[in-house]
Amino acid sequence: MTRTARFVVFGIGTAVLVLLLGSAVFHLPAFGGTSHPYRDSTVTAALQRRAPNVVTSINFDQRGLDTFGEEAILLASVLGAITLLRPGKDETQRQRVPNAGRMLQGTRLAGYVLLPISLILGADVVVHGHLTPGGGFQGGVVLATGLHLSYVAGSYPALRRLRPLRWYEYGEAIGMGGVVALGVAGVLAGAGFLANVLPTGTFGQLVSAGTVPLFSIAIGIEVASGVVVLLAGFLEQDLAIAAKRGSR
Amino acid sequence: MSVFAYGTGLWLVLVGVFGVVRSRNLIHTVVCVAVAQSGTYVVLLAVGYQRGAVAPIFSSSSPPGTPVVDPVVQAMTLTDIVVSATVTALLLALVIQVAKRHGTIVPDELHALRG
Amino acid sequence: MIILVLVLLALVATGGTIVVSTSDPRRQAVTLAVYGVLLSVLFLALAAPDVALSQVAVGSAVVPLMVLLAVRTVRSVTGGKR
Repeated sequence: MTRTARFVVFGIGTAVLVLLLGSAVFHLPAFGGTSHPYRDSTVTAALQRRAPNVVTSINFDQRGLDTFGEEAILLASVLGAITLLRPGKDETQRQRVPNAGRMLQGTRLAGYVLLPISLILGADVVVHGHLTPGGGFQGGVVLATGLHLSYVAGSYPALRRLRPLRWYEYGEAIGMGGVVALGVAGVLAGAGFLANVLPTGTFGQLVSAGTVPLFSIAIGIEVASGVVVLLAGFLEQDLAIAAKRGSR
Repeated sequence: MSVFAYGTGLWLVLVGVFGVVRSRNLIHTVVCVAVAQSGTYVVLLAVGYQRGAVAPIFSSSSPPGTPVVDPVVQAMTLTDIVVSATVTALLLALVIQVAKRHGTIVPDELHALRG
Repeated sequence: MIILVLVLLALVATGGTIVVSTSDPRRQAVTLAVYGVLLSVLFLALAAPDVALSQVAVGSAVVPLMVLLAVRTVRSVTGGKR
C-alpha cells in the first residue's frame, strides 16, 4: 500500500471513529459526577477486609485472578523479549566491557549514595502496599530502576557484578510460584483460588489484611526481577554483543 | 467540560495512531503506540473522577466515610501501565531483530512485509 | 482544583502531540520522559497516587532507557552493514 493510500484509509477510519466516539462521549456520565456504583461496593468490601488502600485491595484481594493474569502477561512478554535479544549464531558476547571513561565525581557519589536508599524505598513501597500508595507493581519497578543506579554512576562491570542474571531469572519464577502457592493455599483452606484466607488483623497495622501483603511481595519480586532481566537484555545488546568478524 | 476531559483521551489515542500511520522509523512507531495507550489511561481515570473527592486510601487524615474517587479504574490502569511497558519492550526487541535481518528500520523499505 | 485538572489535561494533550511529531527517536526518548512526568502529575490531580507512582517509575525511567538502548543498537547494526 502506498503512502497516500495509507493516509486515505486512515482518514476515512478516523472520521468514522470520531463520529462514533464523539457521540458516545455525550452519553458517558458527567466528568466529576457523584454516581460511581462500583466505588461504593469495593470500598465497603475493602473496609470489611481491613485494607486501607482500596486500590491494592482490589488488585490483590477482590480481583486477584486478574492480577494473576496480568503477571502472566508480564512474564510471557519478558520471556519473549529476552529470547529475541539473545546473541545470535553469528554474534559474540564480550565478557569484559570497558568502563565508561571519565565520569563526574558528583554523579558517581550521587549514584552510590542513592542506590541503597532506592532499594530500601522500593522494599518499603512493596511491603506497605496495603497501607499507603504503592504495592507490588510500583515497588518492583522502583527496585529494578534503583539497581541500575550503579550503571548511571558510571560502571557497567559494577552493575554486572550486582546482577548475576541467573538469580533474577530464578526470582521471576519464585514470584510467579509464590502467587500460585497463595492461590493453592486458598483452595486448600476451603475457599476459592486466591481467596483471602489469613486473618485480617487490625486496620492500619503492617501485618493485616490477610494475604494482601504476601501477594504484594510476590508480585514485587516478580516485577523487579522481570524489569532487571529485560533491561539486562537491552544493555547486553548494546554494550557486549557484536557481530563476529567477517560475518557481516 | 466532560467533553474536554474525555476528548483529551480520545485525542491522544488518535494522535498516537496518526503517528503510527505517518511514521518513517519503526522505533518512532513503537513510541507512538505507547502514546495511544496513555490516552486510554486518561479516559479510564476521567471516568472515575469525582469533584471534591480524595484518593481511595483511608488513613487518620481521611477516615472511612470521606468521599473517594473510583478505585476500580485505578486498579485497572496501574497494572496496565507496568504490563504495557513490557509489551513495548517486546516490540523494541522485534525492531532490533528486524534491523539485524533486513538492515533497515524504515517501514517503506521493508520489502518482506509488503502485502 | 478543577482548573488545575483542565490545565493539566491541555498540557497532556500538547505533550502527546509533541511526542508524536518528534521524528528522531533519540529526541523522542527525552520528550517521552517529560510527557511521562506530565501524565503522572495529571494522575495526581485526578486523585490517583498509585497510578501516578506507577507511571512516573515506568514512563520516565524504564521506557525511555529502552528506547535509547534500542536506537543505539539499531544504529550500530545498520551503520556497520552499510
